[in-house]
Amino acid sequence: MTVFLSLTFSGVALGAIYFLAASGLSLIYGLMDILNFAHGLFMTLGAYAAWDAATHAPASWGAPVIFVVSLVAAVLGGALAAGLTEVLVIRPLYGRPISQILVTIGLDLAATGLLLGAFGSNPQSLPVPLWMMEASHFAGISLPNADYVAFAGGLVVLIALEWFLRRTRYGIIIRAGVENRTMVSALGINVARAFTLVFVIGGAMAGLAGLLYAVVFSGELVSPTQGDSLLIFAFIVVVIGGLGSIRGSAVAALMVGLVQDYTNFYLGNHPGMAEIGNLSVVLLLAVVLEWRPRGLFGSAL
Amino acid sequence: MTNAFDVTDLHVTIGGSHILQGVSLEVPRGGVTALLGRNGVGKTTTLRALLGIVPATGTVRVMGTDVLGWPTHRIVRLGVGYVPEDRDVFAGLTVEENLRLAEQTPEPHYDEVYSLFPELRARTRQRAGTLSGGQQQMVSIARALLNGWPLLLIDEPSKGLAPRLVSELAEVLERVATLSTVLLVEQNLAVVRRLAQRVVVLDHGEVVHTGAADELDDPVMARRFLGVAGAS
Ligand SMILES: Nc1ncnc2c1ncn2[C@@H]1O[C@H](COP(=O)(O)OP(=O)(O)OP(=O)(O)O)[C@@H](O)[C@H]1O
Ligand SMILES: [Mg+2]
Repeated sequence: MTVFLSLTFSGVALGAIYFLAASGLSLIYGLMDILNFAHGLFMTLGAYAAWDAATHAPASWGAPVIFVVSLVAAVLGGALAAGLTEVLVIRPLYGRPISQILVTIGLDLAATGLLLGAFGSNPQSLPVPLWMMEASHFAGISLPNADYVAFAGGLVVLIALEWFLRRTRYGIIIRAGVENRTMVSALGINVARAFTLVFVIGGAMAGLAGLLYAVVFSGELVSPTQGDSLLIFAFIVVVIGGLGSIRGSAVAALMVGLVQDYTNFYLGNHPGMAEIGNLSVVLLLAVVLEWRPRGLFGSAL
Repeated sequence: MTNAFDVTDLHVTIGGSHILQGVSLEVPRGGVTALLGRNGVGKTTTLRALLGIVPATGTVRVMGTDVLGWPTHRIVRLGVGYVPEDRDVFAGLTVEENLRLAEQTPEPHYDEVYSLFPELRARTRQRAGTLSGGQQQMVSIARALLNGWPLLLIDEPSKGLAPRLVSELAEVLERVATLSTVLLVEQNLAVVRRLAQRVVVLDHGEVVHTGAADELDDPVMARRFLGVAGAS
């Protein structure tokens, strides 16, 4: 029972990271019809920004402060990369969604190549406070503190994002634009600003996801291709949850995180079953789409 | 005074079909000009081209300003309210949010809007997607009126409404037309007769007639302008 509970918590932590990665993707697709293949790059760049900030910060600041600095760097790095991508690469191609999708693929390949050239394929080690790796005991289970941090990060972002989308003018513009972009501009609103904004928000969350993934699931290591492997799961989460739906992304991210964690633990040690966690996620996708072709919260357009 | 809209030689081609083939029309300031024609002749496309929603060639002037090629939001901010053919309320947003989205002036005319549509006041928290067709039409018109803009483009407001609602709506539009210039697409002849001073008739993507609305009193003319569909 305690094993099951521990698995559940770490699955939720994984789900929280998937949510951070997927919600931005979902908003970008919902508003702009762009499948943003550069989203993995934003995660990678967030993690590198965190690594860069943490390695350059004076040691006298102490590990906790340095970690907070690297968190901020990840968020800003992801947001900056995404904002520049929207303005410089996506904007000249407005009205040509196929070209926009292709250009995000190209950007991801090129930038990943540059990172490999600059840092080599060996991962960089991210300085993280020891506390993050220590286990806390809670309700009879014992998990690394990093898992709780990931869980809290996902929850805070979910609440903040819901608040933003429900309560602010730009949030309402984004929700309306997901439904009917043309009508938003016919009310006198410059939708292009909302486009840049969803990229910046999506990039900020992706940067955070990149950092948390490195800390929680890849042994504090940062590598150039890390974001791309996360991106596949983020896309699956978006499709399961329903394109354009934030709540859908949240629910689907939890489902995917849990299914992957349970199957990896219970079945992954059998011979030839190392990939069972990934396979189970694809099966989950197939089952959900069979049952609800537009995803769990997809609108019935 | 400059015209509300001046359109010359407007062409629109969508997906290889040449939909507007040189539309030219003038809409003077004040009152209601009705844009008539059988189904599929290009009335909706004309309004969408005026707003820059579909790409067009030719010239389009809004209160004297040449706007061809402008993005839609800039044309709208010159002072053009738009009520689209299918209402296009944001179904997932509440009535209040739909209206809030339309705010473009520091003091939106909520009092006026709620006095025209008292029903909306009680439903501010309701999702627009759950409103009846008539209530959705009210939201759509309310959004266009909220900023007190001088020009309005209204596309078939009576479509799909019960007869009693149609006459209520005509009453509202009559009040609205005392304050704004309206270019109205409408198939309901009674509504057109009641509201419009001028008519412009489209056929096959071109203007085939421009005249005074009272020409519609002659049933032969009415039939010619509107085809079988509108002669009811
Ligand atoms: N996006 C589009 N793609 C292809 N054809 C289109 C498109 N929009 C309009 N059309 C075509 O252009 C023609 C004019 O359409 P439009 O909607 O302007 O007609 P309308 O006069 O408003 O008709 P109705 O009275 O039925 O509303 C129609 O034949 C229509 O099929
Ligand atoms: Mg029409």
